[in-house]
Amino acid sequence: MLRNWRQRITITDIVVWAIGVVLAAGVIYGTIVTLRAQLYSGATWIDLTITGLALGGIYALIALGYTLVYGILKMINFAHGEVFMSGPFTAVFLAIYLDNIGFLNASPVISIILITILSAVVSTTIAILLERIAYKPLRGAPRLVPLITAIGASFFLQYAFRGLYGSGIKAYPEIDVLQGSWEIAGISIDKTQAVTIIGAVLMMLIIWGISRYTRVGKAMRAVSEDKEVSALMGIDVDRTIMNTFALGGAAAGVAGILYVLLFPVVNFFMGFIPGLKAFTAAVLGGIGNPIGAFLGAMVLGLIESIGPSLFLTGLGIPAPYQLKDALAFVILVLILIFRPTGILGERISRTKA
Amino acid sequence: MTEKQSIWRSAISVGLVVGGVSLLLSLVGMVTAFEERYIITGVFTMGQLLLFAPLITGGYSTITRVQEKSLVSSLLGGALSGVFGGLVLTLLLVVGSQVDLRLMFPNASPDLYSIISFGIPAPLGYVIPIVYGAIFGLIGAGLALLPSRIRSAVLTATLWIVVLGLFRDMFALIPTFNQPGPLKTIFTWIFAPSGLSVLAAILLFVLIGGYSYWRSGRPEPRQQRSFSDQKPAIRWGVLIVGSAIVLSLPFILGVFFTEVLDNVGLYIIMALGLNIVVGYAGLLDLGYVAFFAIGAYTMGVLTSPELGFFNLNFWTALPFALLVTTISGVILGLPVLRMRGDYLAIVTLGFGEIVRILALSEWLRPYIGGTQGIQQIAIPIPDYILATWNTQTKFYYLILAGCLVVGFIAWRLKDSRLGRSWIALREDEDVAQAMGLNTVITKLLAFATGATFAGLSGAIFASKLNSAYPHSFDLLVSIYVLCIIIIGGMGSIPGAVLGSFFLIGMPELLREFSEFRLLVVGAVMVAMMLYKPEGLWPEERRRLELHEGEEEPVEVAEEEFAPVGSTSD
Repeated sequence: MLRNWRQRITITDIVVWAIGVVLAAGVIYGTIVTLRAQLYSGATWIDLTITGLALGGIYALIALGYTLVYGILKMINFAHGEVFMSGPFTAVFLAIYLDNIGFLNASPVISIILITILSAVVSTTIAILLERIAYKPLRGAPRLVPLITAIGASFFLQYAFRGLYGSGIKAYPEIDVLQGSWEIAGISIDKTQAVTIIGAVLMMLIIWGISRYTRVGKAMRAVSEDKEVSALMGIDVDRTIMNTFALGGAAAGVAGILYVLLFPVVNFFMGFIPGLKAFTAAVLGGIGNPIGAFLGAMVLGLIESIGPSLFLTGLGIPAPYQLKDALAFVILVLILIFRPTGILGERISRTKA
Repeated sequence: MTEKQSIWRSAISVGLVVGGVSLLLSLVGMVTAFEERYIITGVFTMGQLLLFAPLITGGYSTITRVQEKSLVSSLLGGALSGVFGGLVLTLLLVVGSQVDLRLMFPNASPDLYSIISFGIPAPLGYVIPIVYGAIFGLIGAGLALLPSRIRSAVLTATLWIVVLGLFRDMFALIPTFNQPGPLKTIFTWIFAPSGLSVLAAILLFVLIGGYSYWRSGRPEPRQQRSFSDQKPAIRWGVLIVGSAIVLSLPFILGVFFTEVLDNVGLYIIMALGLNIVVGYAGLLDLGYVAFFAIGAYTMGVLTSPELGFFNLNFWTALPFALLVTTISGVILGLPVLRMRGDYLAIVTLGFGEIVRILALSEWLRPYIGGTQGIQQIAIPIPDYILATWNTQTKFYYLILAGCLVVGFIAWRLKDSRLGRSWIALREDEDVAQAMGLNTVITKLLAFATGATFAGLSGAIFASKLNSAYPHSFDLLVSIYVLCIIIIGGMGSIPGAVLGSFFLIGMPELLREFSEFRLLVVGAVMVAMMLYKPEGLWPEERRRLELHEGEEEPVEVAEEEFAPVGSTSD
């Protein structure tokens, strides 16, 4: 009995839990100090929450790409951040063109739809090419092989786009209609943030609808359950995998446009950090589970926007916003250590993780 | 009929793909960047090679993809693929003449157009890419039809010509070639001011091709005749001459090359460390740069009078720097012990970023300097000792010593009990554990050893630059090191050295290349995984295992998943 107990709790567990307890204590202490000092007003907190939700919506759309692919191929598409980047980085030229001919502000809705479609098409194309060239030949290879390929593809795409469009930062033109803010129930929301949240929710609904009610979506779910059986049932597995990449790419392309509504500059490097954070979100929610990805993304967006003010200020850390990216990574590490299945995740056995 | 149809179809699709590749290389800017870099002076530039090589490959692979074929249809097929490749380039010319593509693609310049059309103006110029496309397609097809012995001789000779031509400037920088004497005479005869001279190129082509042909005709010498099988006299002779050359390199090659060698050496040390973590133990660590940074910063904090904490000298600080990185390796190792594969990669990536962000942050600024970094880091050999040597030379010997020590440790570890445990861990963690292997200790030792090597490299790096800035330690360093060991072959010690020279040394020598380094790194990583996952200088065990592993699952997978009537590949 005793032996058994000692075997189960190892020194690693103790260290890991000690790290967890220290971090949790830090967060709680920081939060209490900040709240008692009343450093920020209620309106600030609401602002931060809305920013968090908008960010969360974007992360959710990117995270879908990770989660869908992981669900089917059990691999992390490391280059998905670049799929996300390719859309808005290409569509910026259309936006600038539309702005120059005055169409952008004359009929903003049509313009945004056009730009979004272009962005989604480009991202989808990149995603499909990526699957076809880099991943498809490697099905069944040892696990490290496709992962390294994905890392390589990620850098290849980044620097190919840098070479194609130049290394500088490009700015999206401003859309007059989206300046300023709306007053809803006494809360003022930036129009861009509102549009981002609505757009993200709409896109989530569309994807949910596709996966729930169409043949393509059903095939995707079947393949992610069991490849061999699906093939026996007459599902074209290769095609379904391609569709999955395409759907993830389209979601990422739309997310890209929503992202530039909030941060209207694009460059070749813009996909990396959001990609990593969306991956964090997917893991947080339980990778392989689309609803989990949504939840995880919202939680991550909120933590990222509120967290620095909430508990890092309380801990007396200067310029806490510099550390918001580090915060996201710390969360990622913590989830993977303590709950690798995520919030809603299916049980991932140790051999898979 | 079906046979013909398939070769035509293959020609068209291959042609469009290779045309796309040429187009991409052009628009990314590689073609124009290498425009001035002659391989054979006045005849052929590297830019043209980049533009044409895909077309030749297209002609070649059009035929190799089709099973049955006649001579005529093969040649026609090759030419056809070239024509379609050329059409893509023509399309670029046509569109480019109507619209100013530079608004979108800064590299779509008139310069590029004139390279593609050989400077021939519009209506005729449009035909040019199609014409040379057909010619290069034919050449490719011809290559595919040649007996393999001749083909490999031709390819070897071409490769040598390209390499010699490209590195002409490199040879020119070596002082020995500039002092009057027989070497200088040979040098000026072979090389033009840029690239090879025409006559020398032809002569070299014949010589190298002939030698390669003659060699491949001889019966294979005894398989894998290893160095230790040679007679002791030969062995010692080679060793002594080799080490004499290595030791005198800074004096032969001059300051610039010594600097390059220093950088290569620092990466060799890191690559040997990551080789243990990834290659031996199979733990994919993407945050390896963190240890490099920790080594550099520890050295900085301990020695810099600017911060004024300790003011140690280099040699007393070095053990502490190594100790700190070892400990940080264990600290990183502990929480990630239970993760495998993908998750491990992402978490270590996160760690690397956390270290970098912390180094940049305002929070830790009083201790490690924030964005300003740390200056005035101690150097190992004070200026008044060996005063006639330049800094690069001094560091060359330090780094060489570091490489030798690290290489020796890595070599001895490989077949040790620990090394075999690592390999067991890599092969199958569950089985290893069931066999009584202490996976916790084994993994931690892998992380700690790898971290220590990176720490050594980082400490020397900081001392060499006299400073440590957070920007020297971004993710790209981890990716470089990973790519080095992938090129060389995971788990292979000579592979790590080879990879470092290829990836770190070459871009320093080919200045135009350095801008595209990461593009090439990415492409190389993908290509290696697709075609040669064991690396260029593979470790024997890994090579066997990858090829054995490849055969079964891939075949099964294709049978299972390929839908009926699919035309893919």
